[in-house]
Amino acid sequence: MVTEVNLCGVRLKNPVIPASGTFGFGIEMADAYDLNVLGGISLKGTTLQPRYGNECPRIAECPDGMINSVGLQNPGVETFVNEKLPALRKVFKGAVIANVSGFSVDEYVAACERADEAPQTDIIEVNVSCPNVHGGGLAFGTSPESAAQVTAAVKRVCRKPVFVKLSPNVTDIAAIARACEQAGADGLTLINTVLGMRINIAARRCVTHEKYGGFSGRAIFPIALRMVNQVRHACSLPIMGCGGVSCADDVIEMMMAGANAVQVGAENLRNPFVCKQIVEELPSAMKKYGIDDLNSIVGIV
Amino acid sequence: MKDQTFTIKSNERVADGIYRMTLNGDASQIVRGGQFVDITVPGKFLRRPLAAMDWSGDSLTVVYKTVGKGTAQMSELKAGAELNVLLPLGNGFDASKCREKALVVSGGLGASPVYGLVKDLLARGREVKLIMGFNSAGDAVLVEDYKKLGVDVTVVTMDGSIGMKGLVTDAIRELQPQHDFFYTCGPKVMMKAVCDMLPGPGQASLEERMGCGCGICYGCTCHTKKGPRRVCADGPVFDKEDIIW
Repeated sequence: MVTEVNLCGVRLKNPVIPASGTFGFGIEMADAYDLNVLGGISLKGTTLQPRYGNECPRIAECPDGMINSVGLQNPGVETFVNEKLPALRKVFKGAVIANVSGFSVDEYVAACERADEAPQTDIIEVNVSCPNVHGGGLAFGTSPESAAQVTAAVKRVCRKPVFVKLSPNVTDIAAIARACEQAGADGLTLINTVLGMRINIAARRCVTHEKYGGFSGRAIFPIALRMVNQVRHACSLPIMGCGGVSCADDVIEMMMAGANAVQVGAENLRNPFVCKQIVEELPSAMKKYGIDDLNSIVGIV
Repeated sequence: MKDQTFTIKSNERVADGIYRMTLNGDASQIVRGGQFVDITVPGKFLRRPLAAMDWSGDSLTVVYKTVGKGTAQMSELKAGAELNVLLPLGNGFDASKCREKALVVSGGLGASPVYGLVKDLLARGREVKLIMGFNSAGDAVLVEDYKKLGVDVTVVTMDGSIGMKGLVTDAIRELQPQHDFFYTCGPKVMMKAVCDMLPGPGQASLEERMGCGCGICYGCTCHTKKGPRRVCADGPVFDKEDIIW
């Protein structure tokens, strides 16, 4: 039974990857279980400078999901490269995906360059879609032109595969995917969170300190599937499918829609052991559906 | 950290909107009062973080208030029901910081997280003075449990329906309890007032709306004098001098 997948030459023992922002810098979970069961880990988003992020409350419960407005809290790319990556590499042999955000093309380039230089990094994931930051990532990910601009600029300084992580909060995700492909992207990750809001009725204000936040969790799985499928048919880049995945069946469904690997996000927050459990369930799920090689089902629908 | 299935032994209303749930299961990984557990509530996406009041190798007690639909649903669960519990979480109070005499100040449901601390302090042979503040007799909880431990308790209520009338700070001012270290847990305004009025060192347990509860989502970060800290994993207990109120 083959679970190994390949992303632009980076081999993953299985397609299961905790999504950026839902698994810290990986090391936080090293005591909970052996991380080496995972195909890869997409690390918490990094920016050039350290960021506190948004004020609390940053979290709101939703039906079958949640909203977060963390706002890209991170210690900055220098600490990321000098402390977080080496610490993770000591305990993890799988694919390390450095997720990078920025507030200008120059910032993206500078942060990606540092992350790319780090020997521990296997893949650069460029977040052009974080909906939390005012005037930030959202602007780049919402038009084909600006998404292509960031992609091209980052590609000029990176030697490692560059995956652009796309926002679902757009009219035509296929057009943005094609623009990234033409600008030189090596792959795509989708979808990021869906912009949402919750109101505390009694208090007559938003639950989160920021008015809007990123909605994720099981409820967005059908949206993610549809968009992965649209992008699969719009371009030929490898895809890390993400959004509402919570079990091995979801991984298979996401791959059938067109994903080459699958990221698990919000589910980690309700069950920090879920990625390990999915990896364990995967062989029996494959057997159940008569799948010998996961690569054979990618994009069959 | 592990997740484990616990079975509800009892789940009873103990005060206005406040319930005490005892579960059967191994909670021996909890080592300090002020640590918490994260409980899966059927039909809710995120777990509910609740302080461990008391625990052992085969039992766990939590005391909780019905503040939203999740906790309201929890209050309807019957004995025999199974719940998935993530534990142990958070750092907890450091009883070793007290050398001789401890002052413990709780407000409302803050009486629950300090129960394990008080037991720990007593086991270490420390002298403990406990001041418990409540709005009124209707929301007073755990007073009898503390009396059973043999600890010196003063109860204060806003309306004077039991104990002294006033705030915990009034009781501190009046009693001037001797102590070399203090611990506090309760509403933020109360803890701030306690930290502001007591000159010596102490610890306070902060509260924030959480995502994961185990340090991976950064959903509950607070400002501290040492920089941003996650309430769930770096806290919830912080040294007084590090807290930015």
